Amino acid sequence: MSDFSFWIILQNLLLATRWTILLSLIAFVSGGIVGLALLLARVSHNRALRIASIGYIELFQGTPLLMQLFLFFFGVALFGIEVSPWIAAWLALTFWTSAFLAEIWRGCVESIPKGQWEASESLAFSYGEQMRYVILPQALRIAVAPTVGFSVQVVKGTALASIIGFVELTKAGTMLNNVTFRPFLVYSLVALIYFALCFPLSWYSKRLEGRLNVAR
Amino acid sequence: MIQQLNFGDLLPYWDVFARGLVFTIVLTLTSTVAGIGLGTAGAWARTFGPKWAGALTRAYVEVIRNTPFIVQLFFIFFGLPALGVKLSEDVAAFIAMVINLGAYSTEIIRAGIQAVPKGHLEAGVSLAMSRWEVFRYIVLKQAFMKVYPALSSQIIIVMLGSAVVSQISAEDLTYAANYIQSRNFRAFEVYIVAAVLYLMLAIGLRALLRGIGRAIFPKG
Repeated sequence: MSDFSFWIILQNLLLATRWTILLSLIAFVSGGIVGLALLLARVSHNRALRIASIGYIELFQGTPLLMQLFLFFFGVALFGIEVSPWIAAWLALTFWTSAFLAEIWRGCVESIPKGQWEASESLAFSYGEQMRYVILPQALRIAVAPTVGFSVQVVKGTALASIIGFVELTKAGTMLNNVTFRPFLVYSLVALIYFALCFPLSWYSKRLEGRLNVAR
Repeated sequence: MIQQLNFGDLLPYWDVFARGLVFTIVLTLTSTVAGIGLGTAGAWARTFGPKWAGALTRAYVEVIRNTPFIVQLFFIFFGLPALGVKLSEDVAAFIAMVINLGAYSTEIIRAGIQAVPKGHLEAGVSLAMSRWEVFRYIVLKQAFMKVYPALSSQIIIVMLGSAVVSQISAEDLTYAANYIQSRNFRAFEVYIVAAVLYLMLAIGLRALLRGIGRAIFPKG
């Protein structure tokens, strides 16, 4: 069994990394779309929408991602629909990501000075126009750094998909460890690959943050 | 076809839930105290410590913050025994939590320390306070006051993250849920109850931290 050389282990881990990257990208994009809708509900003038979005955010920020994964994996099956680990991971990560992104973006929207709202209102902009042409473009500039920063959490979050049997980097690590019995090497490599994925994002986020502070 | 929900099947297992809940609470509280301690030491090393300690701390923080908690946990529990360090699942879970929170709180507390105006340090020195006294009574207190909300959210995130320790069979709330659903096959009901318990824990912990914050920093 131990004729797995270092290179074969590394090669298999790198092959599995593709799925980590793909799942991260998909979850991030769909989480961003749902998050945007959630943000609009959160800052809207409609009380019911606001309360519903607060409830959603509290729910997904207040429970472990692992629980959400289990619920999607086992829960949807209750409706007679067979759920693959792919779908369950995608759904859970989307909901989880959207809750955090909506909350991050709300902070950005609320940091826009009140004068901007008043000025655009006095120009007879409707609420939608205010959002579209005045508030969101400015909020977007502030939002880039924390959003990139949060993408690191999404990449790390995909590691939990391994628990419901989705074969990505962490699961591949566990499987290789079971075959090779070299946990120290395997998990070091797994950690190293995650680091190689996440560190550039963290670094870029920090740099963007610094640039924003200079502009002020 | 929707299967009938049946929460009654969970009742005989209430004590399993209770034991898991207590484990999660104890694990969170102990690793929070130790993690904040580690974070304070790390923040000191990054701001007042010798250069080599600062560099070392920085590497530690970056490695932990850019790798998933579950991989850190597996590394400690499965990887370290290869070097002769054998740990029980409880101890491994505790160490992984402390190391994880330590890295995040290092960064948070460091930000608080750097926000303390330099004039306060000079004022402390001019009052003949030692370096340690300046750090302890002037810097640290203000730093904690400033970053307390950020620290509180991180503690809650770490508490929710602790669900992962079930994967090395530390007997926490998630482990209890897995155990029960393997017995009565009521997976959906079990995980709903567990999720609600976690939600209550998060809300309770937030209230507790806010109360502690009010007690320590009366004005803030």
